[in-house]
Amino acid sequence: MSAAFNTLLYKELLRFWKVAFQTVLAPVITALLYLLIFSHVLSSHVQVYPGVSYTQFLVPGLVMMSVLQNAFANSSSSLIQSKITGNIVFVLLPPLSYAEFFLAYLAAAIVRGLVVGLGVLLVTLWFAPLRVEHPLWVAVFALLSAGVLGGLGIIAGIWAEKFDQLAAFQNFLIMPLTFLSGVFYSIHSLPDFWHRVSQWNPVFYMIDGFRYGFFGAADVAPEKSLLVAGACFMAISGLTLALLKRGYKLRH
Amino acid sequence: MTAALAVRGLVKRYPALTALQGVDLEVAAGEFFGLLGPNGAGKTTLISILAGLTRASEGRAAVMGFDVQSQYREARRRLGVVPQELVYDPFFTVRETLRIQSGYFGLKHNDDWLDEVMHHLDLLPQADKNMRALSGGMKRRVLVAQALVHKPPVIILDEPTAGVDVSLRQTLWKFIESLNRQGHTIVLTTHYLEEAEALCGRIAMLKNGRIVALDSTRNLLDRAHERCATLSLRGDVAGAGIAGLAPQGDGEWRFRFERYEELEALLARLHGAHVAVEDLQLARADLEDVFNRIIASA
Ligand SMILES: Nc1ncnc2c1ncn2[C@@H]1O[C@H](COP(=O)(O)OP(=O)(O)O)[C@@H](O)[C@H]1O
Ligand SMILES: [Mg+2]
Repeated sequence: MSAAFNTLLYKELLRFWKVAFQTVLAPVITALLYLLIFSHVLSSHVQVYPGVSYTQFLVPGLVMMSVLQNAFANSSSSLIQSKITGNIVFVLLPPLSYAEFFLAYLAAAIVRGLVVGLGVLLVTLWFAPLRVEHPLWVAVFALLSAGVLGGLGIIAGIWAEKFDQLAAFQNFLIMPLTFLSGVFYSIHSLPDFWHRVSQWNPVFYMIDGFRYGFFGAADVAPEKSLLVAGACFMAISGLTLALLKRGYKLRH
Repeated sequence: MTAALAVRGLVKRYPALTALQGVDLEVAAGEFFGLLGPNGAGKTTLISILAGLTRASEGRAAVMGFDVQSQYREARRRLGVVPQELVYDPFFTVRETLRIQSGYFGLKHNDDWLDEVMHHLDLLPQADKNMRALSGGMKRRVLVAQALVHKPPVIILDEPTAGVDVSLRQTLWKFIESLNRQGHTIVLTTHYLEEAEALCGRIAMLKNGRIVALDSTRNLLDRAHERCATLSLRGDVAGAGIAGLAPQGDGEWRFRFERYEELEALLARLHGAHVAVEDLQLARADLEDVFNRIIASA
């Protein structure tokens, strides 16, 4: 990769690493709180897969949720901060191609998502034994899903002109998609209507496929989940690249 | 020879107004060029199009012969822009900022040049301070340094001295003039017209998105027809009854004229009236007069 791409990636990584307290530690603690509360409240009532405790079931969902939210947060907040403070010109003036621009923000978002996800996974080891049946599936779903949300974060960061617009994007799109995706439950336990709604939620497939990697069992076939996650990634990447190429909201 | 900047029929429309209404401009390599005009004239818009920050609605723009749209990588590599707004990235120190900016241009081992730039801008003592901790003037210097990391042949400075103290203005102009002597093309917008007068070889004046004057600084100054002589006189000046002489106190008189024959005639009449001329100073109109006149009549 070009030196320009490496520099932008390095700068984006440094940006979140310098404030790792907020960008890594805080989301790990949030996930830990979810784990403590939900597993305490629900562990005696729910068993999803045979031989898998509810706390164990919850872990991949929480890890994936952290990956998704942090990948999104990284690219979107970096871009909107740069736009609002005006220092976005520092990356618009140099001869960076739009593909380099995209890949650097995407890669940084993926790294942030994975670092937080890994942090959450490590912390949960204290509470539930780890079982990983298919590590490759785990890795593929983590990467693809971080990529999808990282790309969405770029789109949101470019589109939003104020922080509250970004917050709206987060509250009305990202949060419902992640919470209605089976982080805390199997969608088979949902009423029929919500079950069918969930099947239209791409994040459901990301979490389900990810969970398959851990337990070797899932609500839908992992190949189908891979297809959905892969298609989402291609679609979001294509859209982001097209917007960047047009200079949408960046080069008026 | 390829022009440093070439702009043809440039139009920029915003929903509510047209910021550029067909601008043609060519700046030769090696020039020190001034872009003047009242607020809202379209100077920053023109610069933004050259830098690829804004897209033109019509027309073309090129940097060193490279189209800013279709050959944007080549064009941007040759251009350094100091933006008008005082922007910075609060996450980094001065040195980090400059290294990162070098990296964006594909330059990895650029520390010698960065040190030289920081030295010329008196930034070395601040090198390891966080950007947030710097004063406005220091942040402005970093912006200038950032525009120079890749030694661009063409350097555009958009009001670099607005609200900046005298010491920075002097430091900055000394450095920029030396870059110009080394062959860099400089384009400058400024509100301090005496700066433009002292530095720029050629000037374009912009108003409402149109170029209303484009000429060498010398010719522009010559357009100010009126000249003014201040004379110290000894003798009975009032008794001589010479038209056009206005008393200034302290034995000084002012005489306004357009052609030098008028001054010659005045001196002859003073001589005839036995009034001695002890001192005579000629003042030309400065760029500010010319600017105001051109802008008012455009
Ligand atoms: N993004 C924008 N949207 C709408 N109008 C703009 C935008 N940027 C600049 N303008 C308008 O274009 C005109 C020229 O602005 P500008 O190029 O900044 O002038 P100058 O730099 O000469 O002061 C102004 O009337 C300004 O309000
Ligand atoms: Mg301006």
